[in-house]
Amino acid sequence: MAEKKVRTETATADALPRSAETALLKPWDTQKPRVSVAKAYKMFVNGAFVRSESGRYFQVKGQKEKDDAVVVDVDPDPETVNIPRGSRKDVRDAVLAAKNALGGWQKRTAFNRSQILYRLAEVMESRKAELVQSLVRSGVPDVAAVREVEASIDRAVFYAGFADKYFSLLASQNPVAGPHFTFSIPEPMGVIGVVAPERPSLLGLVSTVLPVVTGGNTCVALASTTDPRTAILWSECIATSDMPGGVVNVLTGFPKELCPPLAKHREVIGIDAWLVDADLRKAIETDGADNVKRVKTHVPMDIEAWLDERKGQGLGWIERFLETKTVWHPVGV
Amino acid sequence: MSQSLMKAGSLEVDRKVEAALDFGRAWDYAPAPEATDHVKIEPRYGLFIGGRWVSPRSGKYFPTISPSTEQVLAEVAEANAQDVDDAVKAAREAYEKYWSKLRPADRAKYIFRIARAIQEKSRELAIVESMDGGKPIKESRDVDIPLAAAHFFYHAGWADKLDYAFQGRKVRPLGVAGQIIPWNFPLLMAAWKIAPALACGNTVVLKPAETTPLTALMLAKIIEEAELPPGVVNIVTGAGETGAAVANHPDVNKVAFTGSTEVGKRIQRALAGTTKRLTLELGGKAANIVFADAPLDQAVEGIVNGIYFNQGHVCCAGSRLLVEESVHDIVVRKLRDRMQTLRLGDPLDKNTDVGAINSKMQLEKIRELVAAGEAEGAERFSAPVKIPEKGFWFPPTFFTGASQSCRIAREEIFGPVLTVMTFRTPEEAIEKANNTMYGLSAGIWTDKGAKIFHLATKLKAGVIWGNTYNKFDPSSPFGGYKESGFGREGGRQGLAAYLEVE
Repeated sequence: MAEKKVRTETATADALPRSAETALLKPWDTQKPRVSVAKAYKMFVNGAFVRSESGRYFQVKGQKEKDDAVVVDVDPDPETVNIPRGSRKDVRDAVLAAKNALGGWQKRTAFNRSQILYRLAEVMESRKAELVQSLVRSGVPDVAAVREVEASIDRAVFYAGFADKYFSLLASQNPVAGPHFTFSIPEPMGVIGVVAPERPSLLGLVSTVLPVVTGGNTCVALASTTDPRTAILWSECIATSDMPGGVVNVLTGFPKELCPPLAKHREVIGIDAWLVDADLRKAIETDGADNVKRVKTHVPMDIEAWLDERKGQGLGWIERFLETKTVWHPVGV
Repeated sequence: MSQSLMKAGSLEVDRKVEAALDFGRAWDYAPAPEATDHVKIEPRYGLFIGGRWVSPRSGKYFPTISPSTEQVLAEVAEANAQDVDDAVKAAREAYEKYWSKLRPADRAKYIFRIARAIQEKSRELAIVESMDGGKPIKESRDVDIPLAAAHFFYHAGWADKLDYAFQGRKVRPLGVAGQIIPWNFPLLMAAWKIAPALACGNTVVLKPAETTPLTALMLAKIIEEAELPPGVVNIVTGAGETGAAVANHPDVNKVAFTGSTEVGKRIQRALAGTTKRLTLELGGKAANIVFADAPLDQAVEGIVNGIYFNQGHVCCAGSRLLVEESVHDIVVRKLRDRMQTLRLGDPLDKNTDVGAINSKMQLEKIRELVAAGEAEGAERFSAPVKIPEKGFWFPPTFFTGASQSCRIAREEIFGPVLTVMTFRTPEEAIEKANNTMYGLSAGIWTDKGAKIFHLATKLKAGVIWGNTYNKFDPSSPFGGYKESGFGREGGRQGLAAYLEVE
């Protein structure tokens, strides 16, 4: 119903007065070699691509090739695409999927998680052109888009290699003053909510989601509203990388609407939110206190920082969503 | 009170019938109280701000009493927001002028001095701790004070080794730390907070609990005598309002809080929208899981230690006993027998096992929850102890036949009250143990090593004790999962709470 209403309004707004000079038909390119198959963009929940349960959508416009472009436009999509506008219920469904995926993901060996993340890098590499094209279409200049995609792939390789190493860097055996064997180990916290920065839409999402799942957590990520299409494309990479369904869930929609249910959800134990809106950051921190969430909010970094291997990745990124568990046992006969 | 006395009285009769071992009068010890004549408690304490003892701007003082005698021990200053502001300013100035400029190795030596002075004054500190807080002298003497000294000693050594703690990453101090601590381990909690903060190069404003300020003030004296630069440690006494002023002060870079989950959430909300760092060590409702293959006598000792240590005023107390169904009756029987021997009374008596409840308010809370347990149909057993006429007391108690939904099975009682429940399979034990909003600690008692490791990985809790309980050490990180808070205290991992790690 909502859909119909919006269309009517747009039509009315764009309406032009008819005059003798106006052609009855809009200009149309008859030279198109083939009618392309446009993709329906869907959110990625529990390993499947789904529309919003609400049936709502929002639209993003793509920058099509300019008129004088020599390059053949390989983008199959029309200029305007519909993106699911996620709802509170979608957040709840995604959290449930992430929660159910926790056990299986934690049970996998570190080596296995490592290989799955590496597989993701392989898939991203093979779909590099497509990812670059998607960024370009969202308004990123060609050179910058290539740089962003390459950094994103490298980031996946970085965390793939970290999955079986952070443990020994963070664990300890504690020399307690008594006849006890005592050790402390890092453990995943559980379901983490990620609010990715608007830009860089791909590298920002990759850099926030991967350390979370490298540590054995599962996550519900809210993609950039400016460029949700690239996030969905990346979800397709995840879907074909042997990553179990539900480990990474990607929602599209508006942060103002989706952050509160994420921050209030009692099955979500941590939040990593990159938001310009200071009020929204504060609201997430306040709502998060309901179940003593580990809330990390950040003012988004600039693109150079995201690209920087010292600033945009590291052990600290994994560590902030890990718990330390200490185990004691007496020693003696 | 009359109700609990009646209950205890009727059980005195049962004891002869039920106890497997009847010791007759063999357990009646002659009093062995610790002498207090050498202990120096000032009649009135000011605030310790900027290296000086100052009177509060509020002009107000409040009494701190001994919960075992209800006698006033001293008058303590009530810091208001202005006093807290002075303390934060002093801490900021000390941070910028002295503490951040000091060679880390020299910073270490000051902290070592504090550790040594605590050891030298340990007897006095233990006695005052028991007088002001009501805990048995054998606990303050053997646990609280030695561990407090150990915490300073351990962290002192870190001061010039922080670059090794987070290899490959740069670290720097946060600035001024505002710290709020509870009344259950007054000096030990002060040590847990101050030692790592100082070692990592921060300065401190600490607010002790209003019912137990004395040992923190004695620690201030030690810090003064150790000649730390003025303002590096500031102690402001007062109640909740003073604590709120510390947490909400705009020039505090870090807030560390140990206390109830309710207050912890309030602080977390209050800090929303600020850049302050926060660590919370909150409540617990730990499961102590006993399998049929456990060494049962040893387990019973662990159960008693888990819940009756420090009158159950322990955030990680093993307050939910989960017993494998097949040994439930035996364990309960053994527990009853063991509880016949618990001695409740004068905290300063070296034979005392269970001391006084810390405050009237806490006693009322315990009574309310115990009444709820009775009303919900659980069966109560209280140790047959004689309750002294003066002071706040509660007999060691446990409930059987409680369901998981009972308040006594869900809410933190923070008193000597245990809720006994059963399970049949390890999976059920894990399920029940994790069925709580808390996640601070858990205990596992079994003869099978593999079972311990299996459960240790499945239990959602920050500290797991296998075949032991309530063990603490400065080298061992402590802290919770879920609503028991975040951040760790102790060990290399605990340093992160007081550093910016790049």
